[in-house]
This record gives sequence, C-alpha cells and structure tokens, in this order.
Amino acid sequence: MTKVTMTINGKPRSGEAEGRTLLASFLREELGLTGTHVGCDTSQCGACVVHVDGKAVKSCTMFALEADGAQVDTIEGQADADGTLNSLQQAFQDYHGLQCGFCTPGMVMSAAALLKDNPKPSEAEIRHYLEGNICRCTGYHNIVRAILAASGQDVPAVAAE
Amino acid sequence: MPKDSGIGASPKRREDIRFLTGTGNYTDDININGQTYAWFIRSDVAHGTINSIDASAAEAMEGVLKVFTSADFAEAGGIPCGWEVTDRHGQPMQEPKHPILAEGKVRHVGDPIAVVVAETLEQARDAAEAVEIDIDELEAVIDMKAAVAEGATKVHDDLTSNLCYDWGFVEENREAVDEAIKSAAHVTTLELVNNRVVANPMEPRVAVGDYNRAGDEHTLYTTSQNPHVIRLLMGAFVLSIPEHKLRVVAPDVGGGFGAKIYHYAEEAFVTYAAKVLNRPVKWTSSRSEAFISDAHGRDHVTKIELAMDENHKFTAVRTDTYANMGAYLSTFAPSVPTWLHGTLMAGNYITPLIYVNVKAVFTNTVPVDAYRGAGRPEATFQLERVIDKAARELGMDPVELRRKNFIQPDQFPYDTPVAVTYDTGNYDATMDKALEVADYAGFEARRAESEARGKLRGIGVAHYIEACGIAPSNLVGQLGARAGLYESATVRVNATGSISVFTGSHSHGQGHETTFAQVVSEMIGVDASQIDIVHGDTSKVPMGMGTYGSRSIAVGGSAMVRATEKIINKAKKIAAHLMEASEADIELKDGAFSVAGTDKSVAWGDVTLAAYVPHNYPLEDIEPGLEESAFYDPANFTYPSGAYICELEVDPETGVIDMLNFTAADDFGNVINPMIVEGQVHGGLAQGIGQALMEACIYDENGQLLSGSFMDYTMPRADDMPMMNVDHSCQTPCTHNPLGVKGCGEAGAIGSPPAVVNAVIDALHRAGHKVEHIDMPVSPARVWKAMHG
Ligand code: FES
Ligand code: FES
Repeated sequence: MTKVTMTINGKPRSGEAEGRTLLASFLREELGLTGTHVGCDTSQCGACVVHVDGKAVKSCTMFALEADGAQVDTIEGQADADGTLNSLQQAFQDYHGLQCGFCTPGMVMSAAALLKDNPKPSEAEIRHYLEGNICRCTGYHNIVRAILAASGQDVPAVAAE
Repeated sequence: MPKDSGIGASPKRREDIRFLTGTGNYTDDININGQTYAWFIRSDVAHGTINSIDASAAEAMEGVLKVFTSADFAEAGGIPCGWEVTDRHGQPMQEPKHPILAEGKVRHVGDPIAVVVAETLEQARDAAEAVEIDIDELEAVIDMKAAVAEGATKVHDDLTSNLCYDWGFVEENREAVDEAIKSAAHVTTLELVNNRVVANPMEPRVAVGDYNRAGDEHTLYTTSQNPHVIRLLMGAFVLSIPEHKLRVVAPDVGGGFGAKIYHYAEEAFVTYAAKVLNRPVKWTSSRSEAFISDAHGRDHVTKIELAMDENHKFTAVRTDTYANMGAYLSTFAPSVPTWLHGTLMAGNYITPLIYVNVKAVFTNTVPVDAYRGAGRPEATFQLERVIDKAARELGMDPVELRRKNFIQPDQFPYDTPVAVTYDTGNYDATMDKALEVADYAGFEARRAESEARGKLRGIGVAHYIEACGIAPSNLVGQLGARAGLYESATVRVNATGSISVFTGSHSHGQGHETTFAQVVSEMIGVDASQIDIVHGDTSKVPMGMGTYGSRSIAVGGSAMVRATEKIINKAKKIAAHLMEASEADIELKDGAFSVAGTDKSVAWGDVTLAAYVPHNYPLEDIEPGLEESAFYDPANFTYPSGAYICELEVDPETGVIDMLNFTAADDFGNVINPMIVEGQVHGGLAQGIGQALMEACIYDENGQLLSGSFMDYTMPRADDMPMMNVDHSCQTPCTHNPLGVKGCGEAGAIGSPPAVVNAVIDALHRAGHKVEHIDMPVSPARVWKAMHG
C-alpha cells in the first residue's frame, strides 16, 4: 500500500492504494466519492469520467498512483458550495437529459470537457464527442439537447412541444 | 397555456438533483461495517460434469473466510420460476431445478460453481485462482432446432428432452386456421429471427447481504425492479426466511429493462452467506460477468403465414416459433413467448382466426427472460414485417393494407381471437399523425435528393399494440402465474399536512418521485413539494409487485389514486365536523375544504392537524390519524398503440445505414408528465433501433459467448441515433383505470424494430434489389450481402 495525495474538487485528499488500484476504485472505495460510477471493465462506457489536471479521463483506465499529486475534479464538485447546480447540470435537469442517472456523472464530466474545448459544438460534434459515453436510458436525444442548451445555442424543438 | 404542476404538466424531476451531484445511493455505494467480498467462480465451458472442487489451498489464503459450493446449499431450494405454462396437450411444462451453485453439472458459460468470500475483493479474486475445479466438458446444445432433434444431448438429464413445452394457442383454432390458410386468396409467408440481446442497464447488478444475529434478521440490498417479489421468492422458496425477518431494499437502481426483475442466485447467496459468516457480504458484478449472468432477451425463430381474401382482408395468421429458454427457467421466462406474445398476435387488425405455436427450448446458454417489451416486440415484429411483405406482393401501399384491416374506433371494446379485449384505440388517428409528423407525402422528393447523392433512401412504417398494466390477477392466475399482479399504495398524511406516499412500484429511471407526486398534488391541491414518494424498501412499503410491463402508473398509480380517495373521504368528514356542515356539502379545491354555497372554508393543514390533535374531532364516528392504504388489481390490461415511421439512407457501396429520422405517434391514453413520457419513448426507440441495427448476442457452436463485453457487443452510441420526433397527442384514455392511463415504458422498443427493417427493405426495393428480408441486426455486411449476393 502506498499513500496517495491529490487535490480533489479543490481540497487535498489522501488515501492508501495498491499498485493495481484504479483511480475509479480509489475515489469510490478509499475516499467514498461514489458519484463516479463504474459501468464496464473494458473502458467503453464512460460512467467513470473525471477530470485529471483539467482533462477528461476515464478513471477506470488510470491507476490511482498515476494521479498522485494531480488536480482531480469529479461530479461531486460541480455544483456551487450551496448546492446550486452549474449551468450544465441545470441544463441536464431542464432538458430531461437523465433517467436512471447512472451514466450521468460521466456524461456531465465529458460534456463539461467538450464545452471547455469547443464552447459552441454542433449537434454532430456533440454526438461524436460522446462516443465514449454509453447511456442506455435516454436514447441520447435529451442529452444532446441539454448540451446544446448549456452552450447557449438553439435547441431543436421536438414535434410534441 | 401548459400547466406548470399537476397532471399533464412537465415539472423538472426532483430525483435529478441527487443524480447530477453524485449523491445518488446506488447499491454499490452501500458499504456496511465489517463487510466482506464475494467472488463468483463461473463455468468457462457451456456444458460439463463437475468431477471435483478442491478449495483447500484457497481457504488457507490470507483474508479468505470461506469457499462455498453447492454442498453448502443442501438445505436451500432452487431459484424458483414464477410462471407455469401448460402445453398443447394439457401437460405442465418441464421445469428443471435451478440451484444457487451448480450441482454436479454446469450448463452454460457463467453458471456459478463456487464462491470465495474474503476480507477484500482482491483477496477473494486472488484466492479464486487457487480453487481447483475439475470438469469434463460435454457436448453443448446451442441451436434450438438441433436441441429438440432426436438424440440431442440433454441440458438436464432428468428431463425427457430439451423441450420445455410445446404450446398451442388457441389450440381449438388449429384446424380452422389450417383450413383458412389452405383456402385463402393470398398467403404471405416469412421466416425471421428475433435476435438475442442483452439488456445491459448501465449499472451492473450488485447484492449486499447483512444479518443481525440478535434479532435473526436478514437484509438484502439489491439492484432490483421489485424488492417485494425478491423477498417473496427468496424468502419462501429458496432460503425459508419468513417475510418479517427479511428486508429487501432496492435503493437507486441504474436502469433495469427487465434484467433486474428476476430473482438471481447471487441475491440468495449473499443473504445466506451473511448469516453463515455473521458478516455482511457484498457482490458487485463486472460488466463481463453481467453478460454471462444477467438474463438475456428475445431469441425467437419464427415462421409466420398471413392469409388474406380477395379484398385483402386478413383471414388468418399462423405462426410457428422456437423460443430459447437458455439453460434454466428464469423468473418470468415461460410467460414471455406465450401469454405476452401469443395474445398480441392480432395486432391492430381484424383477423378472425389465429394460431400460435411455440416450442420453448433448453440450450446451454444463459437463461432468457423478459426484456423491454417482452413477447410483444416479438409479436409486433412478425406481424409488421409480414404485412409489409404482403403489401409488396400485392402491389399495395403498406399503409393502405394496414388501414384496410385496422380495428375501427366504433368496434371497441374489441375481443380478439387470442383471448384479450382491447378497451380503446384509434389506429387511423395515430397513423395519420405519424404520416403528418414524418412528412410521408414529401418522401419522394427527399428520396430523389438522396438518389442524386448516390444514396438509397427508404421509409418504413409499423403500427404496434401492446398489453400493459400487467395484470389482472385472476386472469394471469388461470394462465399459470404463481403470483398476483396487483399493486399497493399507502398514503400517509402528516400532522402539518405534508404527505408521504409509499408505493409498491419501483423507479429505476422512470421518475416516479416526480410523476406520482403530480397525481396526488392534483387530487388534493397541495403543492408537489409537500409530497414525498417512498419506494424500494420492503420495511417501509407494505407490499409491491414492482415495475415492469409498463405497469407503474396504470397499476401502481391507480392504487395510489384509490388510497388518496380514501384520504380525501376521511378528510372531508373531519372538515365537515370542523365547519359544522354536512359531509355531502364539502368540496375540496386547491388544498382547501369549503361548504358548497357558503364562504366557509378550512385549510388542508387545519384538517390534517385536527386528525392528529383531535381535540375538536368526530371521535365517535372516525378514528384519529390520516393514513390509508389501497390495493389495486386491474380489471384488464391496458393497450397502448402507435404508428412508427423510420427514414434512413443505405450506402450502396458499403451497406452502411444512416438513420435520418424517426417518428413515433403513440396513444398512451392520458399522460401525467409529457416530458418524462417522451424520454421513455426516446429510450425505448434507442433500444429498438439498437436491436434492429447493431445489437447481437452471439454464441459459437461450443456455447462460448462471442459478444461478452462492450468491446464485442455493440451498444447504440450518441452518433448512431437520430433526433426523434415523438408525439402523444392521440389519446384514447383507458376505460378501466381511474387515471385513464395506458403506460409508455416499452412502446419504443416494441414498435421500432419492424419500422427500421421495413425501411431498409424499402430502400433496397426502390433501388431494384428484390430483397424480401434481412435478419436483425441489419448490419452493413448483411445489407451489402443482400444487395450483392
Ligand atoms: S467504467 Fe470506465 S469506461 Fe466503463
Ligand atoms: S440515464 Fe440511465 S444510463 Fe443514462
């Protein structure tokens, strides 16, 4: 076991990790940050996406030791201290971009990284960027709309609305 | 003006706050002091005899508490099946034992053989490597038709064959149907496969068992769509634990789609092991493990014949289906190809004679059970594909052929020849709406534009009906269900007027906490923020049959309405007393009681307070307190229906399909929360489109699962999906439940596969390729082969 220290959501946190401990398990099991989810064992689903030094990373593809000293941002740190959702989180709620919520932490963290790089992504760019995030509930329709809305763009109307 | 609260409004979902901030409470987030970890050792062969299991080295390893094998479960029952189907000859189905851990034989890749429990997950996993298991591999039976051929290897030695049952429905119609087909003016025949798929909710299954020795109390936390059903099945049939000593909790659950209905061996294991070890035991499935231990879906092979007279009116339908059960009977498995499938073979059409034959077959594969839609997608796929083929053979517009045979609005209630009575519907209306939204009339211009770009554009139409709101208990009891299928609700009004609703329905993404509160808010007139919806815990909710079969609002919602009506009735008595008026004159509006024709009124909170502080109270007539329960058993199924239109382009060079547009016009009856209903349809469509175009669960001839991870099993991704046009403005309310609702959870997955395949075939035909059918998933390779031979 090795002591690992990182800055998580702006606060220093440390814990013990084995060489084989994944960052995802470290966050969940060692630090109790269970907002980051694990949906697969082949790095395909993206439920585990966090930001490491500002970049979106699948936390199941990285060892905890590799993140020693890094700045890590997770879903738990996205809302304001008083609990107010950030604009991306709010758009997910407003546009019903989540159902069971299991893919949601990864979706939000991926989408946040996208908007940082590309503040006005097209629908096609959003869909392409989310290639590594699987959602089984929403058909992606409302996730795409939420991200368009969060970026201040027009959201294509749905026939019934 | 759209409403902003109550029935018909789309308030934002309250559950989203915890899911968006990482503070949900999923089963894997639960860790109990002193917890140990279970690692399942599973068969890597599809069929074999277990000669020996030597766990001595593993048990000596650091941190290992115990290695369990079937010997530890000698006292336990098998995993029960909840439905008994009677075959064509009046005999019960063949029902093999499904042990918690393999007894003497393994029967599918993934069949659990032994479990290591250790202090840490790593220790359990490492020790599993040291368990020596000697297995003689036997020949595996994978193909269904080979499995029921003479002399086939048997999956279960103690059964007479691999045939679970040979079901005929309606058996009395068999000869008349044969006769009608022989004498028909036209018969269209189609052979098709409804491909095996894996539900893959994004949250893998998890089970945590806990035991309190002092009170002899068991608790199971599990990823379930129906915790009470698990308590009943596991308590009564597997582990012999009475209900009052067994609490089952299904907290936030990350999607289900059917795969989390069933009682699984891992749940019984952790519950039992927690008592043996007197320590909490946790098991978390990996995704790869989910592929070989979650029940799969679909897997039907069918021949369907549609007979018509010279006026193109349907005269008979005959189907012959092989349905895969896998190696054991999962909880609802026998009911899926029979009562959830045969009863829907009339579709939206007048067809006087129908005969459905289903042979359910055991194979050395993972058990197959209900997956979103369950039986109804299989029925819809056959009918809507064969009708399309018939239209082509007759040179008719496929929409016209459907319209010609639709049951008409004035024919409801309509008795089909397959034992169900549709209460309401208007199929031309949904068809009209879909054609309008999809701009069907403008298709030719769009096709020409595609053609100019070298692309083959096609449009496919399907119309579906489903039976939801499962189910009238007396009816399903006659059909072989071993449980009732009602729902319960308790409405507890607190002294200051806030309300806790305890429902037996379970939300694993459907948003009940929001929708159910809208209903009670509308009925009483208190703000939804004053209403809390509690579900998923057998120690809180009196009883529940859970959520599947699009039953939550139709059955669970109805129970909640009934309980709320009782609350209102009692509250009116109290209000009448407080205002010294006659109960008959009391009106409840916007959260206040008034006396008709006067300006006397008393607020909701005053009445609720009086119920708990009964100083001025009609104690001689009614008890203090304000809490009521109701059980609701539906009088009939509900029958959502709808028209779906898929428009796509095929690249003739590569066979690649580009989904351009998908339109769904559904009749769900009344709609409580349109936003949530649309979301349900989007998700169902994605699963149906996924099944149609990319998802395939593939076994090789030795029973190895070739598509056993997200690397190999293609899940629909964001760039596979089009924007979807979803409409639910056609509404023929259900006539037999208090909300007039029909249910919307499965529709998308039911109606979309035939619309997609019809569109592909249409595109190819318009380009001169006389292709009659391509089996799902309609992959680029299959499309290319169909075009180029
Ligand atoms: S858990 Fe990391 S990609 Fe699936
Ligand atoms: S909301 Fe359930 S997986 Fe995306």
